[in-house]
Amino acid sequence: MTARIKRWPGVELGAADLYEGKVTQTRFRPDAKYAWSAGEAMSRFLEELQRGRFIARTCTGCDRILFPPRMFCEACFRPTDEWRYIQDTGTIETFSISYLDRDAKRITDPILVGVVSLDGASPKMGLMHYFAEMTKEEIRIGMRVKAVWRPPEERRGSVLDVRYFRPLREGEG
Amino acid sequence: MIGAGMTLFRRRLQETPPELCYEAARMALDSAGLELSDIGAVVSGSAPDAFDGVHMKGEYYLDGCGGVGRPYMRVFTGGGTGVFSTIAGWWHVASGLFDAVLVVNEEKMSCCQPHPQSVFANIWDPILDRPLQPNLVWIFAMEMNRYMTVHGIKKEDIALVAVKNKRNAVGHPCAQLADPNITVDDVMRSEVMAWPVQRLDISPPSDGASAIVLASEEFIRRRRIKDRAWVSGVGWCIDSTMWTDRDLVFPEYVARAAKMAYKMARIDRPRKQIDFAEPYDPFDYKELHHLEGLLLADRGEAPTLTREGVTARDGDLPTCPSGGLLGVGNPIAATMGQKIGELFWQLTGQAGTRQIPHEVRTGVAQAWGDLMQYGSVVVMRA
Repeated sequence: MTARIKRWPGVELGAADLYEGKVTQTRFRPDAKYAWSAGEAMSRFLEELQRGRFIARTCTGCDRILFPPRMFCEACFRPTDEWRYIQDTGTIETFSISYLDRDAKRITDPILVGVVSLDGASPKMGLMHYFAEMTKEEIRIGMRVKAVWRPPEERRGSVLDVRYFRPLREGEG
Repeated sequence: MIGAGMTLFRRRLQETPPELCYEAARMALDSAGLELSDIGAVVSGSAPDAFDGVHMKGEYYLDGCGGVGRPYMRVFTGGGTGVFSTIAGWWHVASGLFDAVLVVNEEKMSCCQPHPQSVFANIWDPILDRPLQPNLVWIFAMEMNRYMTVHGIKKEDIALVAVKNKRNAVGHPCAQLADPNITVDDVMRSEVMAWPVQRLDISPPSDGASAIVLASEEFIRRRRIKDRAWVSGVGWCIDSTMWTDRDLVFPEYVARAAKMAYKMARIDRPRKQIDFAEPYDPFDYKELHHLEGLLLADRGEAPTLTREGVTARDGDLPTCPSGGLLGVGNPIAATMGQKIGELFWQLTGQAGTRQIPHEVRTGVAQAWGDLMQYGSVVVMRA
């Protein structure tokens, strides 16, 4: 190829070619809407969030406490066994300081976001969430954190019933 | 493998998906000296339909792939498609069902407005992740941070990969982001997107297509085809989609895929037996992460190889001599052009100014995708 081929196909367009209508084009805006039933495990998980608690499922096959909870164990490939409440404290496994919103638009006030493994679940098992009450200089992997819940009347049965995770204070957890 | 082709990779191309597929497929056939009538079956690969905005995308661009009236299938394993469609093409030939198979990968990300990121948002779990309004860059930032922090790797050492690959891409005729003068300082001073990911750590969205031709030994002998490289091992593996339950520090699924491919290729000492590598590099840290997953570096040691020049084009383990995704561009599945295509061009001595200066006889290509969970690996020999 590279050595022998003379012509590399493809005609480059600039942004202006599209946005100022310089090339022939057509447009379409989809209007798709979805509703997801939460299923067996996630329904209970969301109901418990509304009550201000995290819940997991145990598997006696591999002796794990599975979080987020599921009704079957993907490793043992059998039904999980029991519901088990776990703590709302945990450890930051990793994080990012994001200057991008979901559409890749730039934001000036960065979002602190990462993965928290929760106390009481098997090691490394956790969820993605926001962090606050700490600066981007203070946040670090291994930091101990605790969930800050919305007031009960504001909870909707969503991961957003937790507002964010804050640093664990002395004497807590 | 007896032929390869690819289009320019650019942020926006004028051609439609079927037109891009046709250009790449025609080029691959020409390079193999074949006509479409010689092809028994066609495999195509592409990422989520939502980029092009047409469901049943495999059928949308079918005519350009040469699939009409033939056994045809599309495969999709996220970013892993860049190498996985070659594996699917290989099954068709290795099974004995077909003598010659055309594989065509396409991606047109520019159709999606204002930015393909809005479509990436739909890959997240609707209950656990989406309420947090995640941006896809977040998960790479989280993986990169975990990798850097656990191993104590400096950001500057990761930036060296971006510098190497964007410089390597200078010799690639299709490259979108080649830069002969880029420095570590440029990368370190580029815009912070989602720390630790900065603008020059990341490959951009692109449009493009690539194609290859695979054939049986008997067919190659009968047609007296001289430019060929042999697929000697294939492997693929996926980890759980419950990504918040995994330690992101090491891509175990890539290691499993690599072991499968190495076993088939009778490779038991990959660091001695593999001459060059094309690991998937949509981000600079991913090349390092994947070199470790491919068992070509100890855990946390890949940055040292880069710093010492081992992975430079004239080093002991040239890595991404194509310029990779960081330099050539990242039209997701179409990156088969830099991964599989580059193995072919290097092993047949056709890589032009990108040619590795010493003799190379065995190369490995790898792609990666879905929610940081999929690895596909191909080993090829001269």
